[in-house]
Amino acid sequence: MKYIDEFRDGALAQQLAQAIAHEASAERHYHLMEFCGGHTHAISRYGLTDLLPPNVRMVHGPGCPVCVLPIGRIDSAVELAREHGAMLCTYADTMRVPASGGISLMKAKAQGADIRMLYSCADALTLAKKHSDRQVVFFAIGFETTTPPTALILKQAKALRLKNFTVFCNHVLTPPAITHLLTLAEASAEGARLDGFIGPAHVSTVIGSAAYEPFAMRFRKPVVIAGFEPLDVMQAILMLVRQLNSGRTEVENEFTRAVTSEGNVKAKALMAETFILRDSFEWRGLGEMPKSALQIHPDYREFDAEERFGLAYRKVPDHKACQCGAILRGIKAPRDCKVFGTACTPDNPLGSCMVSSEGACAAHYTYGRFRDVACKTIRETNT
Amino acid sequence: MNVTNTVRRTSYIRPLDFENGRIDMSHGSGGRASAQLIDELFAKAFDNDYLRQGNDQAAFDVVAGRMVMSTDAHVISPLFFPGGDIGCLSVHGTINDVAMAGARPLYLAASFVLEEGLPLADLKRIVDSMAAAARAANVSIVTGDTKVVEQGKGDGVFITTTGMGIVPQGVDIRGDRARPGDKILVSGTIGDHGVAVMSLREELSFETALCSDTAALHALVAAMVEKVPDIHCLRDPTRGGLGTTLNELARQSGCGMVIHETALPIRPEVSAACEFLGLDPLYAANEGKLVAICAAADADSLLTAMRTHPLGTRATIIGEVVEDSHHFVQMKTAFGGSRIVDWLTGEQLPRIC
Repeated sequence: MKYIDEFRDGALAQQLAQAIAHEASAERHYHLMEFCGGHTHAISRYGLTDLLPPNVRMVHGPGCPVCVLPIGRIDSAVELAREHGAMLCTYADTMRVPASGGISLMKAKAQGADIRMLYSCADALTLAKKHSDRQVVFFAIGFETTTPPTALILKQAKALRLKNFTVFCNHVLTPPAITHLLTLAEASAEGARLDGFIGPAHVSTVIGSAAYEPFAMRFRKPVVIAGFEPLDVMQAILMLVRQLNSGRTEVENEFTRAVTSEGNVKAKALMAETFILRDSFEWRGLGEMPKSALQIHPDYREFDAEERFGLAYRKVPDHKACQCGAILRGIKAPRDCKVFGTACTPDNPLGSCMVSSEGACAAHYTYGRFRDVACKTIRETNT
Repeated sequence: MNVTNTVRRTSYIRPLDFENGRIDMSHGSGGRASAQLIDELFAKAFDNDYLRQGNDQAAFDVVAGRMVMSTDAHVISPLFFPGGDIGCLSVHGTINDVAMAGARPLYLAASFVLEEGLPLADLKRIVDSMAAAARAANVSIVTGDTKVVEQGKGDGVFITTTGMGIVPQGVDIRGDRARPGDKILVSGTIGDHGVAVMSLREELSFETALCSDTAALHALVAAMVEKVPDIHCLRDPTRGGLGTTLNELARQSGCGMVIHETALPIRPEVSAACEFLGLDPLYAANEGKLVAICAAADADSLLTAMRTHPLGTRATIIGEVVEDSHHFVQMKTAFGGSRIVDWLTGEQLPRIC
């Protein structure tokens, strides 16, 4: 495949791996967080950790939209479909996220709730036009990547003067989350040790590389924005190692084929027109974070599902044994969780990190868990 | 008044309107309309000695040796897709399940659940396609059943087929016979059917020249068995794709597997569509491909036998069976790393076969 295979070249990967091994100083450790679930997935799928020296460690970040969605929000979505009889339209990933009382959207659907799985949010608008007698709600989730399409359907819904269409907005923002993680890391033992960041690929196409400058400066951490292909990730790791070795803390852009400094100006304007900042939003695993999410702009109030249906947010604690919180903050790895691979599997997820293929636990379970077995076997042989 | 004439006059039955007619509830009532549908459509299309007897069952002589039996329900949406339709698919699907024991398929039974409102023209097209597929495979559809459900309670038509076949002497192909050291082969490109069907979904609307690979594989199997009677396992990687099939075989045989990503035969358009939709071709459905496992010493002659058959021209060896108490299917990636090819979680695509 053109433009894809070039970025999956095994021989080039070996060269990059050699360069990383050669340049990474044996004297120190490199704790690098890939913020985005897309990178987590690529690292697991292509077995990139096999290619890194032991002192270069990848820490999985919270950039998986499904993983950071708190249970209370899924509960509200279920409520929309069950109590308010709405036709709830959602992207497929949210279908299996466990909500309160052993329910999920998938289970609610099986019990008769009208829940539709969409590939594009524009399909929700089509459904609203087709079913004028029904209330159609689009369950909007995701970072800055999925926000502009939601902005677009809000504008279209307004132009069409639709009376039966609303958006249940759960869009969250990347920069505040990174700031939060770094503040935690700085403040106490609560945070993970982080030396540098691999910046998101698709999010950065929208917000631009300049958006990362403030915290690279404030926290003195290097950021390298990288594409989602495995060679992109390897190249970004090498760039981070070089920055750390030379004591630089800059925002560098490996993904120049898609990301500019200012990002997608048109998309940003659309977002500014249709959304405003929320005062505070709960992130699963990270807790309440001020100014970290979007809500629908007052000019588009009539399309806000929270307003139309009077949804009240109810905070729900995670499952006791679940370590998703610590994993999303980069403090723990999936295999540190007692229920990983036992009570919690992709078929029966307890925590959200096991649901989406971008979640740290699901990625490790699906692609990499044979390594845990290998470690265990070696340990057992040694003892 | 001529009494005799009145008595002898047979009542006129308006023939089924295969252009504009539709299935209604009376076609499933078991009464005259049901009988008419059977006579004018099913019996005519599938015509054979067994059906002509008009019994509720087909009686046939039992042959010596081992017989195999398999059944498969087909619920595909859309009913017609590039390269086939639910009719031929329902014949191929069951023939293949029978053939995966190395058997020669002989008889099929077919059950139809029709949805009220289904155009008779569509039903005729489907039934004719089934008849043609069965004839081409030299298999008779010897008995069947038809039911009608109210509108909204079906999806046009559901077809369940059951097949019987005979296993040749000396052939013992089972899912639990894979042994460490064995070679794993596939008969051709993977994911064609899954992606071809996906492309038709209204919510996706992308265009592709790709066709479903739906085909009856018994002749390919016969050629393979003739050359290498001691094939250990055969399976057709339908729903769930190659990834799922390999996991099934690894678990059943109590072993692990290692496959090589660079060896997997995948059409560029399948790769591209999967990349675009965020899917993995390893889990995309096939309807005319098989996985074979045999001793390493037999692998080359089996490969030659497969490649000589029109349905196996792109056959290739994709990996080996290894010892592994965890029954992992691992893949050496083109990138130089390793990863698991796990069971499919949830469903990758909504209803594809």
